[in-house]
Amino acid sequence: MNTSIHTENLTRKFGEFVAVDRVNISVGSGEIFGFLGPNGAGKTTVIRMLCGLLKPTAGKATVAGFDVYTQSELIKQNIGYMSQKFSLYDDLSVGENFEFYAGVYGLGAGEIAEKRREILGRFGLEAYGSAVTRDLPLGFKQRLALGCAVLHEPRILFLDEPTSGVDPKARREFWKTIHDTAAGGTTVFVTTHYMEEAEYCHRVSIIDGGVIVALDTPGRLKESHGKESVQDVFVDIVGSD
Amino acid sequence: MNAIEITDFRKEYGTTVAVRGISLSVREGELFGLIGPDGSGKTTTMRAVCTLLVPDAGTILVQGLDTSRDVMRIRAVLGYMPQRFSLYQDLSVEQNLRFFADLFRVPPAERLEREEQLYRFSRLSEFKKRKAAALSGGMKQKLALSCALVHTPRVLVLDEPTTGVDPVSRREFWDILRSIQKQGTTILVSTAYLDEADRCDRVALMYRGRVVVSGAPSSVREGFSYPLYRLKGKDVRALQAQFAAAAETRTTQLFGDALHVVFNVEPSESRWAEWRATSAGNLETWGRQPPSIEDVFMDLMSTQDEGAPGAAPAGARS
Ligand SMILES: Nc1ncnc2c1ncn2[C@@H]1O[C@H](COP(=O)(O)OP(=O)(O)OP(=O)(O)O)[C@@H](O)[C@H]1O
Ligand SMILES: [Mg+2]
Repeated sequence: MNTSIHTENLTRKFGEFVAVDRVNISVGSGEIFGFLGPNGAGKTTVIRMLCGLLKPTAGKATVAGFDVYTQSELIKQNIGYMSQKFSLYDDLSVGENFEFYAGVYGLGAGEIAEKRREILGRFGLEAYGSAVTRDLPLGFKQRLALGCAVLHEPRILFLDEPTSGVDPKARREFWKTIHDTAAGGTTVFVTTHYMEEAEYCHRVSIIDGGVIVALDTPGRLKESHGKESVQDVFVDIVGSD
Repeated sequence: MNAIEITDFRKEYGTTVAVRGISLSVREGELFGLIGPDGSGKTTTMRAVCTLLVPDAGTILVQGLDTSRDVMRIRAVLGYMPQRFSLYQDLSVEQNLRFFADLFRVPPAERLEREEQLYRFSRLSEFKKRKAAALSGGMKQKLALSCALVHTPRVLVLDEPTTGVDPVSRREFWDILRSIQKQGTTILVSTAYLDEADRCDRVALMYRGRVVVSGAPSSVREGFSYPLYRLKGKDVRALQAQFAAAAETRTTQLFGDALHVVFNVEPSESRWAEWRATSAGNLETWGRQPPSIEDVFMDLMSTQDEGAPGAAPAGARS
């Protein structure tokens, strides 16, 4: 398995405060890697560093083989990123949002039309091309945000709480899409506060206070902690402080 | 008198009907949960209760006062936390909290205890001096919640308060809600976490602008009459494909590392033996289990002829 994401002692400080503390992670291509942790643990900060949006204070990291310090532009071309607050333009229509992102990724006009058909179709948004984004239910916005993140066929996807506030049915549909995407070889690095979604990942890691405190498959984590669910493992590890 | 009395409430946005004439009552001192998929009308209903939009038809009474006439008197007894709550980004954690305590005229004697309780839940005491803008997403949500809970209104309306909040803090949050309820406050809360529905006294499940089921969580669960089995195996997605195709199956849903299968009729022992054989070692364990609220919700959503996602209204986020 090729390595998609690799970090060595990745660290980020804000002033004196250490938000991310010597994190070591290796994620293989096609892997669904779940990144769990309580609020403020450092998940978003790690993702922003890996996406080339925030410079680390210390340590190393490569994404798709590119260095986060010196090759952040190449990283941006090779990844898709869906932020905790979906970065969609509320006053643009679904189609306009899509075309905006396609333009950012440098797709030509012919390509854009074709991609638009394909992706809006795949995500069940065909009928909504002209709907104003603001008026969409959250589950739809989330699918549009994912559609915009994958339109340039990135090898690695960073999804920061993609399902927060989304209803249980839409969440299951979303995870089916994630599985299909990963089966095609795309690496998925995803955060969530829904612990049953952690069970859908190949491996999960728990970060607490900027430090990685657990990293394994959901099955082995449950076994080694003698728990029935990742939820119980999480509470066991994080709830005790 | 009920704390909230909704009668035939209807609301449209342009050509989209957001709420199609619902009736609900929330009793004095009750913790009442609104659940339902995105776009089902929850937010519209809550906003109307808070006098923030005028019904197209029907009436809403809060503490016996009419939301379309007694706006100011209702606002005086009501606390509301919208889905997107604005903090003062350039104020610190403690300045935000103090600002809202002042705004709601919380007596100094009550302040200290409540603030302590809120800091325990939010775990923000280490970060009192940090600007709200520099908080993580969930920390912001927890601060917003703390600001909404700093006073004790007669009626409290919370729209998806726990979105983005981690599992440990969610538990503590619900303990706080209970303690606020004990002081006599009526609470109306919506949520996308269905395990939280079980912590309410009563719930209503909304779907496409209607109330589809309501009652105590236990009675909603007991009202579900189909046999439900929890299955485990090496590859649950393959199990799902196998059982979705079985003649007896009504619905199948993944629940973490397990598959829940709802059957139309109780399958026979010999059927289980057959399924186990066809699964070629994949099906490992199965057992009947009482449904959770999420099971009931998922079954309703999957059988209400929702069709393609395109069938859902493109109206305002409910
Ligand atoms: N610009 C900043 N200045 C100071 N502190 C910051 C800044 N950005 C983030 N932090 C702090 O870094 C820590 C980690 O934040 P981060 O957003 O990575 O958490 P998270 O794990 O994503 O949490 P959540 O689950 O709430 O999204 C928090 O304590 C946060 O307040
Ligand atoms: Mg985050």
